[in-house]
Amino acid sequence: MADAAHIPDEAETRARWGGFAWNAENAEKAQQILARYPKGREQSASIPFLDLAQRQVGAETNTQGWLPVPVIEFVAKQIGVSYMRVYEVATFYTMFNLAPVGRFHVQVCGTTPCMLRGSDDVLAACKNKGLVKGKTTPDGLFTLTEVECLGACSNAPMVQINDDNFEDLTYDSTIALLEALAEGKPVKIGPQIDRQVSAPEGGPTTLVEMVTENHDYRGRW
Amino acid sequence: MPKLTVDGIEVEVPAGATVLQAAEAAGKEIPRFCYHERLSIAGNCRMCLVEVKPGPPKPQASCALPAADGQEIRTDSAMVKKAREGVMEFLLINHPLDCPICDQGGECDLQDQSIAYGKGHSRFDENKRAVTEKYMGPIVKTVMTRCIQCTRCVRFAEEVAGVEEIGAIYRGENMQITSYLERAVTSELSGNVVDLCPVGALTSKAYAFEARPWELKKTPGIDVMDAIGTNVRLDARGRQVLRSLPRINEDVNEEWASDKTRHAVDGLVRNRLDKPYVRVDGKLKAASWEEAFAAIAKAMQGVSGNQVAGLAGDLAEVESVYALKALLKAYGSSLHEARVDGALYDVASPASYRFNPTIAGVEDAKAILLVGTNPRWEAPLVNTRIRKAIKKGAKVYAVGPEVDLTYPVQWLGADISALNELPEALTKAEDVIVIAGMGACLIEGGYAAARQVASALNAGFGLLHTAAGRVGALDVGFTTEGGFGAVVEAAPKVIFSLGVDEAELAGFFGGAFKVYIGTHGDRGAHSADVILPGATYVEKPGTWVNMEGRVQRTERAVFPVGDAREDWTILRALSAVLGKTLPFDSLAQLRSKIAADHPTLAEEGLAPVAALDAAPKGGDVSGTIVYPIADFYLTNPIARSSPTMQRCSAELIHGESFAEAAE
Repeated sequence: MADAAHIPDEAETRARWGGFAWNAENAEKAQQILARYPKGREQSASIPFLDLAQRQVGAETNTQGWLPVPVIEFVAKQIGVSYMRVYEVATFYTMFNLAPVGRFHVQVCGTTPCMLRGSDDVLAACKNKGLVKGKTTPDGLFTLTEVECLGACSNAPMVQINDDNFEDLTYDSTIALLEALAEGKPVKIGPQIDRQVSAPEGGPTTLVEMVTENHDYRGRW
Repeated sequence: MPKLTVDGIEVEVPAGATVLQAAEAAGKEIPRFCYHERLSIAGNCRMCLVEVKPGPPKPQASCALPAADGQEIRTDSAMVKKAREGVMEFLLINHPLDCPICDQGGECDLQDQSIAYGKGHSRFDENKRAVTEKYMGPIVKTVMTRCIQCTRCVRFAEEVAGVEEIGAIYRGENMQITSYLERAVTSELSGNVVDLCPVGALTSKAYAFEARPWELKKTPGIDVMDAIGTNVRLDARGRQVLRSLPRINEDVNEEWASDKTRHAVDGLVRNRLDKPYVRVDGKLKAASWEEAFAAIAKAMQGVSGNQVAGLAGDLAEVESVYALKALLKAYGSSLHEARVDGALYDVASPASYRFNPTIAGVEDAKAILLVGTNPRWEAPLVNTRIRKAIKKGAKVYAVGPEVDLTYPVQWLGADISALNELPEALTKAEDVIVIAGMGACLIEGGYAAARQVASALNAGFGLLHTAAGRVGALDVGFTTEGGFGAVVEAAPKVIFSLGVDEAELAGFFGGAFKVYIGTHGDRGAHSADVILPGATYVEKPGTWVNMEGRVQRTERAVFPVGDAREDWTILRALSAVLGKTLPFDSLAQLRSKIAADHPTLAEEGLAPVAALDAAPKGGDVSGTIVYPIADFYLTNPIARSSPTMQRCSAELIHGESFAEAAE
């Protein structure tokens, strides 16, 4: 937790977020979420509610959003459980930010498969673009977090930025990606090389005859 | 009823029992940290691993495994030994080796079990994890690096105390037990997490670095902070009781104790009256026993009959109350009263003032009506029983100002007249108990109204007392027709007060000569004309009767301070000076006299009494209920003299902040 972001002062967040409430659109969404669970099991809505709240905070601050303490308490009141139970959930899941983040939350995977495939280069690229682990850049654009496996090992190395994965990165493509994001240009989601999702690079290596037409392999069995 | 064998011993256990309980039934000790029989099962420490056949070929957590018919359990196999050693090695990876500076040392589950089941060495070379200290309030000191995350404290707070303020935040290696935003835990039972904690992560703040457990002399005692009669173990070193820990008594306190029970003991050595005082020219001056007795004898000259009165305070034990009554009788006085708070209730038969459903019996109620009582403050361990009843499906209704009782309550109104319009769900319910508090009895006719409601609902009736000495004093007939008001009206010339500190006697008996027999320089002593220093509940063998009428005896843990004496011996010595020598010279003689006059007090335990007679008649009552306790932590002179209780009161009741700044 040494590199974790500093949780802001409570009095300050209370002054800013004490009056948090769902906006009209999210109030409706919240109703839908709550309707998914049987009566008496409102606690099940903790995670979707926290996610919704974080997104609303993000929309209000033009960032990726975070969960100030009063917002966590708002969620707890909405589902009628104690503050502690929701606070535990919010701290357990790394997807919930306990401190403000920038507009783009860059989560670089540093687990073994990504590391072997060059996540050090990705982190170096981030560093050279001025991103510091656990911190937000002064312009408020990027927050860098090193995370554990995000489950896209076949496309290692990868980063998750906001809700999208960017995969098969190199030093150069990472730089390009960050620059495009900073300039507000459209970016390609998914693999950054010539590859369809996690299919082999440069086309299929097995069942090649199937690419263009249906092929009967049974004769070769 | 599954039948299974544990290490070849066949045992039969009730359906729903766990393998761990089956092993205990077979006499096999299973090491455990997270499992606690009064809390829900977590199964996260893995210390209770056993070998189970049939089942997968690996050790299984016995605390979370239901016992099944035909199981063969081994607790002594090589696999189990290796598993325990492995778990212990893992637990110790992040546990500091700071036993020499740890308050838990000597009574630590981890210490004991690592010796019994551990390997003796570790293969771990890396750095240990460290966790910052957490603030949990004035009672609990934390050293969270020692925490092994058994989550007993989390489960206790949620299930027993009913305040969901302790939890585990973050995850994996970073998991930390903390109170919500490191605020003080607002429970009057928070001290119990110190006992529950199997390591030294949660220790007692007031007792920090005071003593080692093997230095302490342990004496069984009975707590007097409320009328529950919590069974405690008084740990004393030298002449000071350093702590008070609950003893297990399933009928009374299970194994819990309130914070006041645990931590008011530091008030026993502060603000004490250690020599007699006599008022000379309006000022109290220290005196010898002879001078004090002479002053009383002078005041008693020519006084007879109802010109002398006796009042028994909240902390008076049966022996001294009986002795005072005998002394008054020798003067021909029948002016004696224990209901010094001014509450009025029927004392004709024991059932009319006892907590008849019994404390344990509260659990079986289907509906509970609270009349003018805040059990969370007046009897915290009755409140935990009500919580258990609710878990079994009971509904709670209450008449009185709304307070947070830690469970859902249907509030019927703050005025006692709300008893006239009870909801249909309550009137149709079965197994109802009505718990009336002193708040109801302080309203004229309130007691009768509660009794009438109880008989109309065909419900059990219990009077929730707030004073430890009250039921015992009522049992020896220390009452006067008309209650405290009648004593005031009689305007006695001399008043003997057995530690009456909760009523301002100067206001009621302006001109009377007041003899105060008590322990602390509190309200009672301030207005006294003669002060005779008595013994506190830890300093005398005594008989206490709790609110349900359970007779419990205590032993002396330490001797009284200074010149102070046991209260009944003071009265005996005084009686000789006054020429009315009381007919007992030893505690045994006194107790046999009490037993002869009051057979229910002869034996320890709950003596059966005649059933409640018909409810007393009374007209319409009305009046807003005021609960008798305004500040849970400061209800008697001992607690008021305790710095820990003062701190609790300031922080938890009055909202002062003592949170330590982060270092």
